Amino acid sequence: MKTRDEIAHALAASGYIADNELATAISLMQLLRRPLLLEGEAGVGKTEVAKALAKVHGTALIRLQCYEGLDQSAALYEWNYQRQLLSIQAHRGEDADAVEDQIFSEKYLLERPLLAAIRQSQPPVLLIDEIDRADDEFEAFLLELLSDFQVSIPELGTISAITVPHVVLTSNGTRELSDALRRRCLYHYVDYPDVDREARIIMARIDGAGASLALQIARMVEGIRKEELRKVPGVAETLDWAAALVGIGVKDLRESPEAVHETLMCLVKTHEDKSRLTREVADRLLGKVA
Amino acid sequence: MSCCGTSAGYHEIDEVSRLVAARLSAFLKTLRDAGFAAGLQEGRDAAALMAAGYAENPALLRVALKHLFSARKSDWDKFDGLFDAFWLGKRVRSRSLTSGSARAANNPSLKNLQDKGSEPAAGHSATDQVPSADDEAGEDRAGEGRKEGASRAENLAEIDFRKMADPEQIEQAHEAAARLAKTMRTRLTRRDLARRRGYRLDLRRTIHGNISHGGVPISLVRRQRKEKPLRLVVLLDASGSMSMYTGVFLRFIHGVLDEFREAEAFLFHTRLAYVSDAMKEKDAARALDRLSIMAQGAGGGTRIGESLQTFNRWHAARVLHSRSCVMIVSDGYETGDARLLGREMAALAKRCRRIVWLNPMMAWEGYAPEAAGIKAALPHIDLYAPANTLKSLTELEPYLAKL
Repeated sequence: MKTRDEIAHALAASGYIADNELATAISLMQLLRRPLLLEGEAGVGKTEVAKALAKVHGTALIRLQCYEGLDQSAALYEWNYQRQLLSIQAHRGEDADAVEDQIFSEKYLLERPLLAAIRQSQPPVLLIDEIDRADDEFEAFLLELLSDFQVSIPELGTISAITVPHVVLTSNGTRELSDALRRRCLYHYVDYPDVDREARIIMARIDGAGASLALQIARMVEGIRKEELRKVPGVAETLDWAAALVGIGVKDLRESPEAVHETLMCLVKTHEDKSRLTREVADRLLGKVA
Repeated sequence: MSCCGTSAGYHEIDEVSRLVAARLSAFLKTLRDAGFAAGLQEGRDAAALMAAGYAENPALLRVALKHLFSARKSDWDKFDGLFDAFWLGKRVRSRSLTSGSARAANNPSLKNLQDKGSEPAAGHSATDQVPSADDEAGEDRAGEGRKEGASRAENLAEIDFRKMADPEQIEQAHEAAARLAKTMRTRLTRRDLARRRGYRLDLRRTIHGNISHGGVPISLVRRQRKEKPLRLVVLLDASGSMSMYTGVFLRFIHGVLDEFREAEAFLFHTRLAYVSDAMKEKDAARALDRLSIMAQGAGGGTRIGESLQTFNRWHAARVLHSRSCVMIVSDGYETGDARLLGREMAALAKRCRRIVWLNPMMAWEGYAPEAAGIKAALPHIDLYAPANTLKSLTELEPYLAKL
């Protein structure tokens, strides 16, 4: 068990610059053994939290990407039908019950992320990404798994967790999650980082980004976020942009406004926003980054 | 909080922990009153946290409890204020008033929205009725059997809501609207069932069922994807010009929210308010009561464009998906910028399957969509229909079923 400061340091070492609140949330995860639900706008780095957490604990990251129509066979387990069919053919003429017992044994079981997560020797980090995209039924099923950490497979019986994984759920808010799931989890709202933190994130992630450039980029992005845009650029976009600027050798934003204009496409992703972020607007924002 | 001295005897520590526990449970109550879902388990965890040393640092405790008790963004934003008010004695910002009906009485246009049934004694005084109408209603009630009620309901179907004068009639219309929402839901579901057909093989069941055939899949088991129900998102104009209709539509929305598996409701006038939660109250009267506070400013102008902008920006991603139908109930009298309305309607049209615009004024004699607002919106609307009688509401159903 690590203290909050240790966690913050370990996260920073793994390349994730966390604020104090998030570090607290992670220490609580261990203390209370509850999953952590992360909400926030797209691109604020929710998924990154889980990746960093896996690095901090030095364990595997098992990721389940949710989508509409996700069901047990994609999330939990599936039988290996091809092998089952072959096996049935091979044992043709034998007692049907015996064959059945054989083909529904663990040998023929394909682990999917959820089952894999509870059968590791080291507790892994289980990332359930964009849970809001899955449907209500799956959410209810997940809730059951998260409270008991055991899975029952009709043909095989109940499989209990060998280790209890660190569970991180993320949601973009495309659907309202059930109260039951929310209550089960610790909640953390991931906001866009402030200028200082974003600059540190840039420096940690992009090789060759100096302190002054990182700060300028962070300020510029903060300015752009305040404009009325349809798609507000997230941290991922900031990093893309920073990488692009560093890549073409920009050292100071104000000295190379041309490069800034040409690379703004890293930040602004719709035609409407592009037309809104005119040269004048960009120049005005650029004037403020000093 | 940080008062557990090391030198205290066991007895004293007991005493202190009991005090802390009492304080904590009072805090839980405060949270529950503020709409948090703080159950026993959370309380136990909070106590565990305090015991684990978090109690010695109020700032840390606040962050820890914030993660524990919050379940959504609104909780998250509200928590710090509540915590400070309770534990540190600071004053809560006055904005945190969440529910209550104190303002309802001051709000003229909302008097009509109140459900009569909620306050039988004061019911009449709440509506602007001349006494004679009351008397009439009383007589009607006296001479009326159940069967007559049914036939009366049919008559009601054709009457413009605005012309319904006596409270009895209005009450019946409200009930009919709620009932209508219910039947719409049942029929839509049934139609769904009839249409279903399995189109994918269920390999697991097929193999399981064909072991005795040596694994040759003779009898196939099919699988069908469950049809997702239609999601209905209602945006109701609660401005002054609509005040004659809002009452009945609120009841309709209440019925819709109650019965549709997926439905959301918003109210707008000069700004937009999310009302699904308030409307999910089982008791219609209480739901309307809770709504009254959200309809502040009702009776003023209508900023449809701005309201839609708010909707598109903050709510659309969450409440709309590809099987959503947006139902806007408004007369289209825009007091804001009509061009903005046009733009936002275009954005909205991209996000949902259908837009239905119900305009109660449409059936008025001599009405033409002249208002700048409705003109700007028309190109993006899939169905533009009148909704001034129960009958016209009923006629919508086949259209919704086709989605």
